[in-house]
Amino acid sequence: MAKAFLIDTSRCTACRGCQVACKEWHGLPANRTRQRGSHQNPPDLNAYNYKVVRFHEDLKGGNIRWFFFPDQCRHCVDPPCKAEAEGYVEGAVVRDEATGAVVFTLLTAKLSPQACEAVRSACPYDIPRRDEKTGRLTKCDMCIDRVAAGMAPACVKACPTGAMNFGERSEMLKLGERRLAQAKKVYPEAALVDADTVHTVFLVPDPRVDFGPPPGIDLHAFLGEPRSASISEPSLR
Amino acid sequence: MTNHWIDIKNADAILIMGSNAAEHHPISFKWVLEAKSRGAVVMHVDPKFSRTSARSTFHVPLRSGTDIAFLGGMIHHILENGNYFKDYVVHYTNASFIVSDSYGFRNGLFSGYDPRTSSYDRSSWSFAVDAQGRVRRDPSLRHPRCVFQLLREHYTRYSLEKVADITGVSRENLLRVYEAYAATGVPDRAGTILYALGWTQHTVGVQNIRAAAIIQLLLGNIGMAGGGINALRGEPNVQGSTDHTLLYHLVPGYMSMPLADWQTLEDYNRANTPASSDPQSANWWRNKPKYLVSLLKGWFGEHATRESDFGYSMLPKLERGEDYSYLYLFDRMYQGLIRGGFIFGLNPANSVPNSNKVRKALDNLDWLVTMDVHHTETTDNWHRPGVDPAAVKTEVFLLPSAHRLEKEGSVTNSGRWLLWHYAAVKPPGRARSFGEMIVDLGNRVRKLYRSEPGAYPDPILKASWPEGYDADEVARRINGVFTSDKVVNGRRYRKGNLVPGFGALSDDGSTSCLNWLYCGSYTQEEGNKAKRRDPRQTPMQAAIGLYPNWAWCWPLNRRILYNRASVDPQGRPFHPSKAVIAWEEGSWVGDVPDGGWPPLSSGKGKHPFIMTVHGFGQLFGPGRVDGPFPEHYEPVETPVNRHPFSGRLHNPCYKAVTGDLDRLAAPADSRYPIVLTTYNMTEHWCGGGETRNVPNLLEAEPQLYVEMSPELAEEKGIRNGDPVIVESARGRVEAIAMVTVRMRPLRIQGRIVHEIGMPFCFGWTTPGCGDATNRLTPSVGDPNTSIPEFKACLVDVRKADRLEELAR
Repeated sequence: MAKAFLIDTSRCTACRGCQVACKEWHGLPANRTRQRGSHQNPPDLNAYNYKVVRFHEDLKGGNIRWFFFPDQCRHCVDPPCKAEAEGYVEGAVVRDEATGAVVFTLLTAKLSPQACEAVRSACPYDIPRRDEKTGRLTKCDMCIDRVAAGMAPACVKACPTGAMNFGERSEMLKLGERRLAQAKKVYPEAALVDADTVHTVFLVPDPRVDFGPPPGIDLHAFLGEPRSASISEPSLR
Repeated sequence: MTNHWIDIKNADAILIMGSNAAEHHPISFKWVLEAKSRGAVVMHVDPKFSRTSARSTFHVPLRSGTDIAFLGGMIHHILENGNYFKDYVVHYTNASFIVSDSYGFRNGLFSGYDPRTSSYDRSSWSFAVDAQGRVRRDPSLRHPRCVFQLLREHYTRYSLEKVADITGVSRENLLRVYEAYAATGVPDRAGTILYALGWTQHTVGVQNIRAAAIIQLLLGNIGMAGGGINALRGEPNVQGSTDHTLLYHLVPGYMSMPLADWQTLEDYNRANTPASSDPQSANWWRNKPKYLVSLLKGWFGEHATRESDFGYSMLPKLERGEDYSYLYLFDRMYQGLIRGGFIFGLNPANSVPNSNKVRKALDNLDWLVTMDVHHTETTDNWHRPGVDPAAVKTEVFLLPSAHRLEKEGSVTNSGRWLLWHYAAVKPPGRARSFGEMIVDLGNRVRKLYRSEPGAYPDPILKASWPEGYDADEVARRINGVFTSDKVVNGRRYRKGNLVPGFGALSDDGSTSCLNWLYCGSYTQEEGNKAKRRDPRQTPMQAAIGLYPNWAWCWPLNRRILYNRASVDPQGRPFHPSKAVIAWEEGSWVGDVPDGGWPPLSSGKGKHPFIMTVHGFGQLFGPGRVDGPFPEHYEPVETPVNRHPFSGRLHNPCYKAVTGDLDRLAAPADSRYPIVLTTYNMTEHWCGGGETRNVPNLLEAEPQLYVEMSPELAEEKGIRNGDPVIVESARGRVEAIAMVTVRMRPLRIQGRIVHEIGMPFCFGWTTPGCGDATNRLTPSVGDPNTSIPEFKACLVDVRKADRLEELAR
């Protein structure tokens, strides 16, 4: 049976448990980030962050709004990244029919940087990122290892508020409708995004909100050397 | 918490104030959002629009340190509009008590103030009594000297205009909160108040919470499902460590630490055991001597005999009036009066106010033993930036400690649930748990005392000290055991058997118990109840999310405190569909009631507030050192030089240490015009000593920032992401400007006052992340608790032209 995420951002408190749990499960190293005037850190998806919580704030008519968006791969029903990648390397991107998971394989290392860029451009949600060290293309894999073992994805397991949900696609769509009805009482514009075409359905309070990068942030310059995963001891001077 | 985490979902109105619940207690929002989904209004009153505000129904910004003005206005609103729950107020609170004629309040001062000592003689804050010694009451609440009328008079001054003028909250926003919250003053609606360090860390900290208690009593919200006063306590096991007495002024179970005036057990008991002349008052603390003797038995074992006063004389005694809290401890250290000591699981060089002074104070030690998981600003203070290690005389030991996931034991959560946890992995290398280190250290000292005569070996050698540390054994000792064979309620217990509950504790030396509140947590019949994970419940319990077989909760597995106030005098629930307890066919059902007596109307019942002498909820609270009613006073560092409620600017009793480094800004000081508040964050834990060493957390929050409004930023020529210097009368700190609409300029007394906020979790041992925010905060504190005023002080901010602490 096909699986799906329902991500109810009207319940998200941006605790970023999902963002960190994803890294922990996948054994990804930390980026050496800097504070640049935003809580959104790292400022974008990258080879070491398959999931990033995006922040958007505004002040309208005296009302402050602060929205959070735990961004990740949508696991499209008909994934354009797969179609694009197949033109270069067969099997670089596969779709697991049982779950609907779209997975980047080791064969993505055989994609040239230009091919990787083409795959990224094919993605309507700008999700894939190339690991410059290994040459592989990376993104959320739906924790397909956990799911195959009957466990929830790490991000869902970590969520304390019910924002991150995972299960049978039909159940998630039903849950989405229930949550939408609830959310509309507070946010009349609330909507489910692309529910028919993806396996990661977002419920957003205001579809017009643009979670683009905070002003003044150079997304291409933020990644430095990864931090050592070992415990650091201060140097003695 | 009077209630517990799950119970938040039962609330119809949730007031989050003095807390950033979603960020600092993320799990709370599981239940807050559950309540919100069911139609509850969620209100966040806080200087900063945070992730809590984002998910609340609405947010109201106020100036730090003006909570009592805000809450006093709510009390005024409730009384003037008749929103209080009259039956509850008359039957269960001390509203009807007649206050003695000697009590008074004038121009910001209560009766009995002595300006020479900056303290009150509290004897005039008393009740009028009849010939039998019972408090005189007027259930009509009309007597001009009854608590209800005095309360009304006290808060008459707290008009919307005045409150708006000093808090910076608009009249519309005040009314929006007051009306939504006061709507819970009916039997079938409940409101809960969630607070944390945003209320405690002020020079009026205790009175902030008193004001909330008054509101909850007026609205009949204590004892109810979805009600209560709910202190959100943290992962560092704050609840458990408080219950077991981390603080100097208590011994375990919230009993006073002996003072030098009380040389004998009899002196102690006379001074500390309250008496009531009302047969309907349970006056639970009358049992204190049983708990103290059982504690002494726990500490001194066979050496605690009636002849030896159960070892009472071996306890150290405090000098009356001396303050041994850490504010004063570090001041004494700075003065060179302390030669050495142990600091474990704590990072005062980062988390104690005026940390420049704290760091210098540590230099005065000859020796220091630290126990921690990582190097911190405290363990490595001797080679901090700007200091020549050769010039620091301190010999420092760092004992590597086990992480909490590497050891077995209990944690008590905010809802008072005792939860056992198991070691997930073994500690690395030679790291050991605090328990092991302390027990072994104690045994080494005992060995030394045995081989070499010391000045006073008895307290050490006569202590009932274990051979080795065993968490299970400690849990058994905490619960308590019989020290001789005994029959309790018809059941025979042998020497060494576990005590079934604190009702069986005795002052004759036949029981030993390290904390009476936890008595009943580990029994002969059921074993260690902290390990229970059984979700079974009755339909009545299911209706309010009460799981009596899941873990165990003090006292006696009672999940909602003061639950006898949730029923009328006949024992019928005020709110039947969310009943906590009910009297059915001669017994109580639901939660464990606050005492098993029948309902009040039977004549054999007891008043519901069993921990107070008279049994009533205390609207008039004579127990605090700074007044029976909360009164607004400005923070010690304040941007104003007057306020509308009295001519008394500051809490007349606030605590402060003084010295060359304890400089304070004057009221409305033009050099420091901006209010600073400080806080925790989700991604780092407390002072950050642990989490800054977790790369994935440091990735998410890498460096010190300061949140400020676009208006202030424009005034100062600062752009988002700019490095800035924040400066107070005590120190300067580098930070990155986070310019955000979530900080709003506040209109105070007709002019704009800016407030900024900074986290305190960054320190120099993590290279380039910034250094202690607490170099800015002052060493002043609440007169009841000595908790420092971390939440409000004065600073200025400017763009930095060069950086030393932050990597760019």
